Amino acid sequence: MKRMTFIFVVFLIMSVAIGCIGTPKVENTTTETPRVLTISTTTSLYDTGILEEVVAPAFKEKYTIELRFIPKGTGGAIMDAKNGASDAILVHALSREQAFMEEGYGVNRKVFAYNFFVIVGPKSDPAGIKGLGVTEALKKLVEYGRMHPNQLIWISRDDGSGTNTKEIALWKAAGFSFEELKNEKWFGTTGSGMGNTLLYTSERKAYTLSDIGTYLKYQKEGKIDLDVLVDKGEELINVYAIIIINPEKIGDKDFEGAMLLAEWLTSEEGQKAIAEYGKEEFGRSLFYPAVPVLEQKEGEVFKWLLKYGFMKDGGVYTECPTKFRYNAAYDFFEFPATMVEG
Amino acid sequence: MAWEYIIQGFSEALGLITEPYIIEIALRSIKVSGIATVMAVAWSLPLSMLIGLKNFRGKWLVKTFINGLMGVPTVIWGLILYLLLVPRGPLGTLGLLYTEMGISFGQALLITPIIMSIVVNSLEAIENEIRELALTLGADEIRASFQVVIESVGGIILAIIAGFNRAIAELGIALMIGGNIYVKGGHYNTRVLTTAIQMYTVRAEISVAIALGIILMGIVLGVNLLSNLIRKWLT
Repeated sequence: MKRMTFIFVVFLIMSVAIGCIGTPKVENTTTETPRVLTISTTTSLYDTGILEEVVAPAFKEKYTIELRFIPKGTGGAIMDAKNGASDAILVHALSREQAFMEEGYGVNRKVFAYNFFVIVGPKSDPAGIKGLGVTEALKKLVEYGRMHPNQLIWISRDDGSGTNTKEIALWKAAGFSFEELKNEKWFGTTGSGMGNTLLYTSERKAYTLSDIGTYLKYQKEGKIDLDVLVDKGEELINVYAIIIINPEKIGDKDFEGAMLLAEWLTSEEGQKAIAEYGKEEFGRSLFYPAVPVLEQKEGEVFKWLLKYGFMKDGGVYTECPTKFRYNAAYDFFEFPATMVEG
Repeated sequence: MAWEYIIQGFSEALGLITEPYIIEIALRSIKVSGIATVMAVAWSLPLSMLIGLKNFRGKWLVKTFINGLMGVPTVIWGLILYLLLVPRGPLGTLGLLYTEMGISFGQALLITPIIMSIVVNSLEAIENEIRELALTLGADEIRASFQVVIESVGGIILAIIAGFNRAIAELGIALMIGGNIYVKGGHYNTRVLTTAIQMYTVRAEISVAIALGIILMGIVLGVNLLSNLIRKWLT
């Protein structure tokens, strides 16, 4: 009897084990393993769905290279890249990008899209910031927050992301230190991605800085109840760039593949895909293609792109200073400084 | 109504459970944790037998250490493994970061102390009576040990089931080592039930999260039921 038990049990374990290992993958039709690129990306780009829904399928179809996106804040994305986990990074924090390249990790930076940050908050807008300029609005928020110390007024991501980097810069421009504000009672932090932070902000009827893409997606889907209160001001521009990992610094990375992605993102096809994304669903684009603006060389946005998304290298504004270029098969945008400052 | 959105989420979830995308994630979860369990058993069983059947100095210390390991939170495993497995890290050449196999490996480490602890305990519980009986009946040492292992098969199965259940339900390793990657029809996807539930909750797509949650609970409860049936059948 006991022996029978034993045999039965062994059989059971084996069948479970075989069942587990032999589980067929559902949607896989190809049999060969495709080439893969690991792309570290900011959550603001990832949370809108554009990467999974548009970029990855189009890129795979064209080059049979699969993209796997690891969404983290810009800080986390940069750390992953430094540790050798990614082939390229998609980020939006100029100062951090510059540092990353200075340290020798990144090359061939290309600007591919932009949109705007917005300050969002409850419809009732208790602090009365609607329609103000950014600096004024932030000053007013601090004033209001200090008057209501037991209420959560402002929520910060505080996660080292590009949005957070922008927020810190905006506070600084308004004359406040982010590190000091963080200790005040009305000032909350989530330490997490844009989507999470918006949900929390909505829940607490507070204010926060958001990228427009994530905000629109969440608002449209009825997940949050927040209004755009401040959206004017050049300093709110949000510039997305791709940086390729320097193969000289970190070996074993698919430099060629990553270059193809950078090329595709800035190609006519890629730019069109970016421009189209979200139009049907949200009635407007979540991201604007940067290349047409740079090609036209005029207008406010052109100047803002240069001022907030380009690096100054001697007498020119460039998306990638010469010393950070490496075996680049494509051209880089570069404009004399006088076009912005003059 | 406070319950409305939960009820709505549930009713929507029921319609989603059979979606191919949901099933794909569930199957991946079972596969990843199944491999983890197989790996963990492969190295836990011999080690447990060594500890459970032999008497040696410091045995108590070894057992205490194994028990202690059970308390390590999964995010700590995730953090340690991330540091070890990043391509520039000490184990980077294995190429396990952001892969299914990476999650399996991490989960296998997580459940090793659980499996070992249960197996060692059941071996020891049975050892004394059986071994002596076997020896008095004229069996040699090896034969007696073998008999002990056979008699503790119930404990071993329980250990395997407990390990699998722990593995499939954990989030920290799956998220930090797997990265929750999903590309439609992709080969390198690592999205499993727990990371998907976490993500959909963040994205406020509650009904999908609930659908995945129901499946996860179904698996865990189903496996528990199985373990209870086996336990009942053995006694």
